[in-house]
Amino acid sequence: MKFTRRDALTLGLGATAASLLPFSAASACEDAIAVFTGGQEPGEGDISLRLPASVKDGSSVPVLAEAPGAVVLALFTTHNPAPQIATVHFGPLSEPQSLLTRIRLSRSQDIVAVARLADGSYIRDRKSVKVTVNGFNI
Amino acid sequence: MTPGVKPHIQMPARVAAGDVITIKVLAMHDMESGQRQDGAGNIVPRSILNRFTCAFNGARVVDIQLEPAIARNPYFQFSALVPEAGEFTFSWYGDDGSVIETTKHIQIT
Repeated sequence: MKFTRRDALTLGLGATAASLLPFSAASACEDAIAVFTGGQEPGEGDISLRLPASVKDGSSVPVLAEAPGAVVLALFTTHNPAPQIATVHFGPLSEPQSLLTRIRLSRSQDIVAVARLADGSYIRDRKSVKVTVNGFNI
Repeated sequence: MTPGVKPHIQMPARVAAGDVITIKVLAMHDMESGQRQDGAGNIVPRSILNRFTCAFNGARVVDIQLEPAIARNPYFQFSALVPEAGEFTFSWYGDDGSVIETTKHIQIT
């Protein structure tokens, strides 16, 4: 097979795209949220996400998500190797609907909590966190 | 999960009927993310607990799908309504097919 000038250009374009990876990671997060909501755009509402603004160690970061009335709650990250963190299905004996857990973060980024309410609508909250040490290497 | 390692569960032993309690659950597990390299630079294969469930007398409290972004020794804190005396069942499901189940009784004052 001959290596043409067109092939070289295509390779160059690919390399450019790869250099924009953080950008595509953020859209991976948006894509994962769209899969969760079935394409619906989450609105504002009674959902709160709490975590430290800055941590040294990304291997165990406490996160509290509260969404009273939620049926399902999902947590996402914008720049981890994969956007999903956890998905919680609340049962009839869950009251009020909230979850505190500890998560891993690879770098400074945003965490997004999205909740599905009983009426089928979605709400979200978003928080930034600064991370010094990649929690996936520990 | 390493066999024989009992998960730690913190919750009241007795409450009034209709009370809401806080349940704290800690399982000892490395939650290998599939991202970490060993000393020789090889990727350590993923092996995590991928699901945790809590039910009371057969009714669901929470059912959580876990991803590698959940930290080692996964910890969860959540609330549950206790309508009557009975038994909480806690279950963890591993990538390796293992299932760890433990129960906790609660009494009504």
